Amino acid sequence: MSDTLRPNSSDDNQGAQPLYVPIKRRSFFMYAGATAGATALLLTGCKDDDDSSIDAKTTVDVGVGDVGVLNYAYALEQLEAAFYAEVLKGGYFTGLAPAAAERQIFADIALHEQIHADFFKTALAGNAIKALTPNFSAINFGDRTSVLTSARAFEDLGVAAYNGAGRFITDPKFLVVAGKIVSVEARHAAIIRDLITPNSFVANDVIDFSTTSATARQERSKLPAEVLAVANTFLAESSKVSAKSLV
Amino acid sequence: MNFFNIINKLSEVDPDVMGRLDTRRSVFNSLNTVSKRAAMASAPAFLAAFFSKAYAGTSAGDPKEIFNYALTLEYLEADFYNKMIASPFFATASALDQAAIRQISKHETAHVNLLKTVVSGIGGTPVTPVTFKAATFASLTSFAKQLEVAQLLEDTGVRAYKGRAGDLQGINDVTITGVGTINPLQAALQIHSVEARHAAHVRFMRGQTPWISGNGDLDNQEHYKGAIPESTITQSGVNLTTGLGTPYTATDAQASFDEILTVAEVLAPSRAGGLVGA
Repeated sequence: MSDTLRPNSSDDNQGAQPLYVPIKRRSFFMYAGATAGATALLLTGCKDDDDSSIDAKTTVDVGVGDVGVLNYAYALEQLEAAFYAEVLKGGYFTGLAPAAAERQIFADIALHEQIHADFFKTALAGNAIKALTPNFSAINFGDRTSVLTSARAFEDLGVAAYNGAGRFITDPKFLVVAGKIVSVEARHAAIIRDLITPNSFVANDVIDFSTTSATARQERSKLPAEVLAVANTFLAESSKVSAKSLV
Repeated sequence: MNFFNIINKLSEVDPDVMGRLDTRRSVFNSLNTVSKRAAMASAPAFLAAFFSKAYAGTSAGDPKEIFNYALTLEYLEADFYNKMIASPFFATASALDQAAIRQISKHETAHVNLLKTVVSGIGGTPVTPVTFKAATFASLTSFAKQLEVAQLLEDTGVRAYKGRAGDLQGINDVTITGVGTINPLQAALQIHSVEARHAAHVRFMRGQTPWISGNGDLDNQEHYKGAIPESTITQSGVNLTTGLGTPYTATDAQASFDEILTVAEVLAPSRAGGLVGA
């Protein structure tokens, strides 16, 4: 189950990422003028070149600039909120004892994600993307393992997404808002992981376990294209999302 | 020229000045030396040096100062966990809890080493290591008591990193020999979320909600207060309990967003600042 939620390529890409990822759009022109940037420029290329998985069927683009980033977050929060709403209706959750810690944890998280989604919808107002239609047919909401591994995948994906998108935000206010949310998503991720395997709140699939690299013991980030390739597998054909400007 | 009058005047226009002057570790250290020299030096020269120290790096966007601030907090955390592991009470914890603390300890030590390299790599001088005050640690006479402080340190760390994210915005990538290319904002965010995972786990170890719901046994401590307290329910002008169409409780509203602490707030004696010492 968990394997289907994780992009196969994410770990393989990790090592190569710094070569072409860190050049922000905004700094592109600065690099263009500097000889030192020549190599980076070549590697960066001029166009998004690997979004083949999301173009043909994509019907919703998040837009450009800060609105684009906020809509990107809104899309992910919608997906999470919809997932937990289904969890609360499913046999796994309804079968939990009233006083079970897992019941309280899922009930709380469901509310947090709904608040996040409603907050972005309100904040974006007329700029908000449409309400997305999820497709959770791959998840068995009556099965604890299926629910927990899916929750883990959504939460880890959310943290990686926020961390990877921070650099696209230009208004400091929005960066702080994203920061306020991402740490709560990390708290969710940690507890879900602990429910699956005690003490797995941080493990080497989400943290770089190197102690000497540039990302030593830091959480692994994902760029919007990587995140959406996964997120889109849980969205209906009419609701596939792209973030063409966030590269 | 009366030095303290000047501080008072300055505090009228900058209420934070005392925070800048007495809580920033590097300033504090240099202050002693500068004060001694001042007895012999001319007052104007002294004051110029003094204020340039107090305000150095506090403007947005000096990554050297920001990463040294992060390094200070990581030193404090790393030393705290080293003390915890060396404590006689450590053996009283379950094997699982011991493993968790060892795991967190390794992360904090790795963060220290990385941040030291980063500060040096961008042309700065890493701050002098700080330690967790021995007398305070000695007063924590059980694993459970130590874990309370671990929770406060982790939750404060999350708030501290969050408080500086805006200052790292738009700063170009830096390439550090032997380490690689670092985007300062992204690196800080990536450490920030690891701290949040630590905080959640420590809270859970203590039987608390992993998020700051406001009804935990420590949630009313100073570490959760400040100019923008964790009890905040309004985000970007939107009241989350009444302004979202669906009503939500204040508990869920506050738990769904974590809040920042400023540098002065983090380093105040009532929070991390009070835990630093010999």
